[in-house]
Amino acid sequence: MEYAISILPQMWVGVLNTIKIYFLAILPVLPLGVLFAIGKVAGPKPLRWLLNIYTWAWRGTPLLLQLMIVKFGLPVLGINIPEFYGAALVFALNTSAYVTEIMRGAIQSIDRGQYEAAKALGIPYWTTMFRIVLPQAFRIALPSACSEAINMIKDTAIISLISLQDITNVTTQIFVRDKNLIVYVEAFCIYLLLTSVLVFIFNRLEKRFSRHEQ
Amino acid sequence: MTTIGEYFLEALPLLLDGLISTLIIFAVVVAIGFPLSIIVASLKTIGPKWLRRVLGVYTWIFRGTPLLLQLVLVYYALPTIGVVLSDNLVILIVYVLSVTAYESEVIRGGMAGIENGQYEAAKALGMSRVQIMRRIIAPQAVRKVLPTTCSEAIILIKDTTLIAAVGEFDLLRHATSLVTSDFRIDAYVVALILYLIIASILTLIFSKLEKRYPASI
Repeated sequence: MEYAISILPQMWVGVLNTIKIYFLAILPVLPLGVLFAIGKVAGPKPLRWLLNIYTWAWRGTPLLLQLMIVKFGLPVLGINIPEFYGAALVFALNTSAYVTEIMRGAIQSIDRGQYEAAKALGIPYWTTMFRIVLPQAFRIALPSACSEAINMIKDTAIISLISLQDITNVTTQIFVRDKNLIVYVEAFCIYLLLTSVLVFIFNRLEKRFSRHEQ
Repeated sequence: MTTIGEYFLEALPLLLDGLISTLIIFAVVVAIGFPLSIIVASLKTIGPKWLRRVLGVYTWIFRGTPLLLQLVLVYYALPTIGVVLSDNLVILIVYVLSVTAYESEVIRGGMAGIENGQYEAAKALGMSRVQIMRRIIAPQAVRKVLPTTCSEAIILIKDTTLIAAVGEFDLLRHATSLVTSDFRIDAYVVALILYLIIASILTLIFSKLEKRYPASI
C-alpha cells in the first residue's frame, strides 16, 4: 500500500498527459465529423470523393502506423511537428474519420419524405439540412459517437510507443525499475476509472438528448 | 539513390514477411476467439449467477483498459511471477481474451434482442436450456450481430500492429526498421497500402457474408 502511494506522483504525470492529449484530440472531433458528414452527403462531387478517400484511408490503416508516419516519416520530408501535438492531430483526424461515417449514416437514415415535405413548404435545402435533418441525425448518431469517444481514451495508450509519457508509458517505466506488479494494478484501476467517468458523462448526455422519447 | 519503384520492390519481401505474421495472428485469434465468444455470451445469458458475475467483471476489465497495457502487463509482468511463456503464446492469449470480451458483449446483446416467446415456446417443447441456446438462440443472435462482428474483425487486424510494442516482427515493425535505417518514408507508404488492401478485402468479404446471411430470414 505504501508503495502504491509512493508511485502516485509519478503516475500523476502520466494521467495528466493522457487527459491532456485526450481533450486536445476530442475537441475538434465533433465539429469536423459533422462538417465532413455534411460534405459527404450534400457536397459537390470532388469534395465527396476527397472525403471518401479520407475516411477510407484513415479507417483502413492502423492508428499506430499513422502515428509512426507523423513521428518518423514526416521529419524525413522536412516537416517537423512537435511530438505531442502531432499525436493529438493524428488522434483527432483518426476519430473524426469514424465519427464522420457515423454521422453520415445517421443523416442518410432520415426519411427522404422530410426533405420533400420541407421543400413543399418552401424551406431552402440548407435550412432543411441544418434545422430539420441535422438535429435528428445528431441524436441518432450520439450513442455510437460516444462509444468512439470512450474508445479513444484507451487508444491514447498507443502514444506510449512513440515515447510520450502517458499512463502506460510511465507504468512500464516504473515496472522496469521496481519490478513490482502493483503499478500495473494501479494503471488498470486508473484506466477503469477514466473509462467509467466517461461512460457516466456520455450516458447522461445520451439521456438528455433522448428526453423526448420518455 | 534508387527510385521509388525500385525501392518498393526492394522493401516488399521484408514487408510481406511481416504481413504474413500479421495475418497468421489474425486468423488464429479469430479461429479461437469467435467460438469462445459464443460460449461466453451463452454463459452470460443462461449461466449461474456467480459465473455471470465473474464474466461481467472480466468483460469490464478487458473492455475498460487499453489493449496495449494488457499486452505489456502480460509480457513484462508474467515472467517476474515465474510464468514463462513463449512470446507468440502471450500475444495470442491477450488478443483472444480481449477480442472475446468485446465480441461476447456484442453477441450477448444480440441474444437479449430475441423475444422471450421463443424461450418459452422451446421450453414448452421440452428442450433443455443448453439445447435452446445452441439450436435456437445462438444461431439467430450470431446472424443478427454479423455487421458489428465484421467491424470488430477489421478493428482487430489494425490492432495487431500493437504486437510491434512487445518486440514481435509484424508488418509495422518491419516498416519502421526500414524507415529508420534507410531514412526514407517509402516503407511506410508500402505498409499503408498493404493495410488498406487487407482492410478493403476484409470489407468486401464481410459485405458478401452479410448479404448471404441477412439478419432476418
